Amino acid sequence: MAGTTTGIPANVTQGSQTKGGVGESMLRPDGTLKVTGEFAYSSDMWHEEMLWGQALRSTVAHAEIVSIDTSEALALSGVYAVLTADDLPAAKNYGMEYQDTPVLAYGKVRHHGEPIALVAADHPETARRAAAKIKIEYRELPVITDEASATAPDAVLVHENRGDHHAGHVPHPNIVHRQPIIRGNAAEAAKRADVIVKGEYTFGMQDQAFLGPESGLAVPAEDGGVDLYVATQWLHSDLKQIAPCLGLPEEKVRMTMAGVGGAFGGREDISMQILASVLALRTGKPVKMVYNRYESFFGHVHRHPAKLYYEHGATKDGKITHMKCKIVLDGGAYMSSTPSVVGNASSLSVGPYVIDDVDIEAIGLYTNNPPCGAMRGFGAVQACFAYEAQMDKLAAKLGMDPVEFRQKNAMEQGTIMPTGQPVDSPAPVAELLRRVKARPMPPERQWESSEGADVRALPGGLSNTTHGEGVVRGVGYAVGIKNVGFSEGFDDYSTAKIRIEVINGEAVATVHTAAAEVGQGGVTIHAQIARTELGVQQVTIAPADTQVGSAGSTSAGRQTYMTGGAIKNSCEIVREKVLEIGRRKFGSYHPAWASAELLLEGGKVVTDGGEALASLVDVLEDEAVEVEEEFRHRPTEAFDLRTGQGNGHVQYAFAAHRAVVEVDTELGLVKVIELACAQDVGKAVNPLSVIGQIQGGTTQGLGVAVMEEIIVDPKTAKVKNPSFTDYLLPTILDTPTIPVDYLELADPHAPYGVRGIGEAPTLSSTPAVLAAIRAATGLELNKTPVRPEHLTGT
Amino acid sequence: MRVNFTVNGRPQEADDVWEGESLLYVLRERMGLPGSKNACEQGECGSCTVRLDGVPVCSCLVAAGQVEGREVTTVEGLADYAKHRESAHPGGGCATGACGTSLQDAQQWRAKGQDSQTGEGAELSPIQQAFIDAGAVQCGFCTPGLLVAADELLERNDTPSDADIREALSGNLCRCTGYEKILDAVRLAAARQGEAV
Amino acid sequence: MDFLRPASWEEALAAKAEHPTAVPIAGGTDVMVEINFDHRRPEYLLDLNRIGELREWEVGADTVRLGASVPYTDIMENLRAELPGLALASHTVASPQIRNRGGVGGNLGTASPAGDAHPALLAADCEVEAESVRGSRLIPIDEFYTGVKRNALAPDELIRAVHIKKADGPQQYSKVGTRNAMVIAVCAFGIALHPETRTVRTGIGSAAPTPIRAKAAEEFLNAALEEGGFWDSKKIITPSVAKQFAELASGAANPIDDVRGTANYRRHAVGIMARRTLGWTWESYRGAGRSTEGVA
Repeated sequence: MAGTTTGIPANVTQGSQTKGGVGESMLRPDGTLKVTGEFAYSSDMWHEEMLWGQALRSTVAHAEIVSIDTSEALALSGVYAVLTADDLPAAKNYGMEYQDTPVLAYGKVRHHGEPIALVAADHPETARRAAAKIKIEYRELPVITDEASATAPDAVLVHENRGDHHAGHVPHPNIVHRQPIIRGNAAEAAKRADVIVKGEYTFGMQDQAFLGPESGLAVPAEDGGVDLYVATQWLHSDLKQIAPCLGLPEEKVRMTMAGVGGAFGGREDISMQILASVLALRTGKPVKMVYNRYESFFGHVHRHPAKLYYEHGATKDGKITHMKCKIVLDGGAYMSSTPSVVGNASSLSVGPYVIDDVDIEAIGLYTNNPPCGAMRGFGAVQACFAYEAQMDKLAAKLGMDPVEFRQKNAMEQGTIMPTGQPVDSPAPVAELLRRVKARPMPPERQWESSEGADVRALPGGLSNTTHGEGVVRGVGYAVGIKNVGFSEGFDDYSTAKIRIEVINGEAVATVHTAAAEVGQGGVTIHAQIARTELGVQQVTIAPADTQVGSAGSTSAGRQTYMTGGAIKNSCEIVREKVLEIGRRKFGSYHPAWASAELLLEGGKVVTDGGEALASLVDVLEDEAVEVEEEFRHRPTEAFDLRTGQGNGHVQYAFAAHRAVVEVDTELGLVKVIELACAQDVGKAVNPLSVIGQIQGGTTQGLGVAVMEEIIVDPKTAKVKNPSFTDYLLPTILDTPTIPVDYLELADPHAPYGVRGIGEAPTLSSTPAVLAAIRAATGLELNKTPVRPEHLTGT
Repeated sequence: MRVNFTVNGRPQEADDVWEGESLLYVLRERMGLPGSKNACEQGECGSCTVRLDGVPVCSCLVAAGQVEGREVTTVEGLADYAKHRESAHPGGGCATGACGTSLQDAQQWRAKGQDSQTGEGAELSPIQQAFIDAGAVQCGFCTPGLLVAADELLERNDTPSDADIREALSGNLCRCTGYEKILDAVRLAAARQGEAV
Repeated sequence: MDFLRPASWEEALAAKAEHPTAVPIAGGTDVMVEINFDHRRPEYLLDLNRIGELREWEVGADTVRLGASVPYTDIMENLRAELPGLALASHTVASPQIRNRGGVGGNLGTASPAGDAHPALLAADCEVEAESVRGSRLIPIDEFYTGVKRNALAPDELIRAVHIKKADGPQQYSKVGTRNAMVIAVCAFGIALHPETRTVRTGIGSAAPTPIRAKAAEEFLNAALEEGGFWDSKKIITPSVAKQFAELASGAANPIDDVRGTANYRRHAVGIMARRTLGWTWESYRGAGRSTEGVA
């Protein structure tokens, strides 16, 4: 892989002699368990005498709950408990930023599929039969489904009495948060423009569609607490929300990470955690809950659908003069992380371009649509889809090559963001574009064979819709910018407990964090860092739980930076302590103990000249060194609520794509032939998993370009396709080859120079595919996903 | 009702089975074999793929009562299954010598070294080892179903083209990898199979 | 719920006679999804897996008697010459795993307009062998589909087999889905040339309350081919004829808007598929050098 390495911070060399350290492609420590079926996912938990929990969910989107009758359900044999909001032991609401989400609906339901009642029974079928016997009477209310219905003067309020910290500054109570950004003078700059392009764009509601549905096991404990085994992205955030709802102190809610079947943002909010715990505490028995795929579509927040209104201007020589935009994100019925998504969409709405004069506004709505929150790309995805379409329109209007036009306006290190924040680490936007463009084109007409057309290589695939008729190739480019980590003044930290000791005659390190391994390969990287820093071969990764400090969320591309940083940090302290022991024991035997800078490499204490002074085994003997320390990134600031100014972000990540598609222009079917990506990863701690992340993110972007959308009926706010039959994910026949070219331009502020990698490829993939389809068809295509109807004008 | 069948070569009996239970549920909740995964329960994702009398099927779409007297192989039994096949039909690699992917090409994904917790000592089938080596496992939820399907492909076709691999695995959804490393893994297993002849 | 496990066809018919509400289950593709998602709780499930003859087929002089549970995989692999249209349709069914268990009996029993086999069966022409303890009868496919997810079976009848005319000319099948594999039809089209009778038959899926034939299109094309002497001359079909055939096929559709596609798109796509599949079959009939069947 063509990794270009420049400017590695000087402090990286530690332990470079130790095998399996930072920068090597390493295999997953959980790989064998995962390929033999023995890895215990949250849905695999089992306990003697356990009961099955089942939620009953609303069949309407917006209604007053007139009555709930559970008597028939309770009378059913095998049923141990039937609960409604009245039975909840303590706080009735939870939420990450603000506690507006009912554990079980009371008074009102605000979206389709909101949980209203709970059953615990001896078999899932008994629980389902009981749930079906619960009678709920609704008085239906009008549904709020878009900006117009939300902000109408007589609009019904989704939440009547808002007490959150955004309530005071929003123009309407059905607006969760509003973030304008004003810099320069867009109106004045527009006068310099030779061309102006405007566009209205629509981004559909995407589902994370992790393959392992929400599930877990709650076991009541003798001390009145509960032991909870769940799949989540952030144990400690869950804990903070769960304990008050159970009326328990946090130490009585002991959480252990079970195996996670993918996350992508969809496990950042609470799902079944409180529900199973309430049932377990009520019945005194372990309770397992497993959502099926239908319930999973209602069990987590989705990617915000968005409407985006953009205006850009440019001069004849191809310099962008200004940008104005309004981004409307539909947050659905509850807040979740909508305010942060608004902040991201707003602050990244300009894209990776130098535009001095901007007038930006982003809002998030409360509606009766399904709640939306975190998903890979988090607000930056929707904006990228729109601004990249605008770039192509501008280039076309100027008669310029779309890549050259982008390069001409590309930001670089030192560029000032619309928020006033300087980009103070590498920003190789033009270079990423150059790399994807320089790639050789995939051969034309790959479907042709001596035996006829191979439909597997054609649009429509196995469905045999074309043997080449109507097929036109198109090529498109896109590039995007994503912030890494938690922004806007959030006190973001991670914690790592590191222990080193001699076991069976070998120095062994143990890494204990609460970081969620959701498939990304954090566990592999944690061991690599410990090897590099402590020079040991054997590293044990302890299970993630709440017996150690918070690691923060496995999201926002932050875990390698943050928990990686925490491990590095704690290891450095452990190393100093080990060296102190060594000096105490052996200092008098060799002057180097006192003078030289000492390293731990290959199980030994060595000088920076490479001379071995003592083995770790001899230094430690029966002593163990253990350190638990927190790690923080540079502090950030909130964005000003009127001007959007502020050093709000930690780090930026960049990726570019070139999409090559073939479109059956008569039937409107698309085959993506190749989706090449170039990305700056700062430092590839584990190159194998870096490529896997980029390819996976790219494919999620492809999905929302051509097939993935949760369809909500605008008249009823009910979800029409909550199944894998009608919410389509790309199969292996829909996914092209994804060549990856990564740069390693170190961020001097980050441990090892790392840059978050998971999200950026999800941004530019979608607009690149759209651009390629536009190139093939000549259509404007302002909505994603593109459907056959859009391509055929039917 | 009671159901008797053979799982991974061992006779099993399940009692008090509700008539609407799927084979998947019986395996996961009654046999202690949760390796087959419950991702969609509607035949759309392939995560629950097992072999029923040797044929890959979605175990979520098999009613428990339908497996009476039949043989089921799950991911938990895949290594043994592959081992028995190898001793019954040694080689089985590409007889023509025209393997689809050269070993050298295939091995470019092989990562170096073994990690401490890779479960050393576990005996794996070639396709299982290839999935680990190629980086085809992320969250791993789709992996068991893909392994069963890919193993059966290589049993039928020891030199599959990329299009053959894609077609054979088109019933298995993966949300993490973008499939590239899954393709790599199958190519790698096929190449190693060819090399072994 | 009771699970009935007849060991023979006779036992199955007896069970169905005794429990007419029993839901037959073979490949499980439809029934198990309904059970897993609590859409259906039949009083009796009638397992047909133990009846070996349902998975057998016999190739006769004029027809193939295809057992109701012959898996789609077997049709693809073994009956491509005799039933090319159905073999192509079989290849578009869901996933390899599902093709390994599902058969046409399930498609016919469910009688969903989206069943992949229907357009091929309509185009090839066939009869459904339905049997009960009262006896056996052959239901012409044109009379089989009676409404949305309804068919001509009596409550005590089971589908034993389908008697499908062996192909006497080229057949084709196309299905539009919004994904390149494992997708339910947005709409589908089947066509069969019958040179022996100098007729063309068609089938349309997912574009009307039931699977249908595009009869006006067939009649128009039959007349045009006859008048133009095309069957003998094997000339390229005049583009205007193909165009009108496509328009009439499109006009036969009576689709709805749903999450999978719009009515307008379905009408449009049926026309395109009609034109293309006619082209492919006719090229094949003309004996054009290059295969137009499509490989995979």
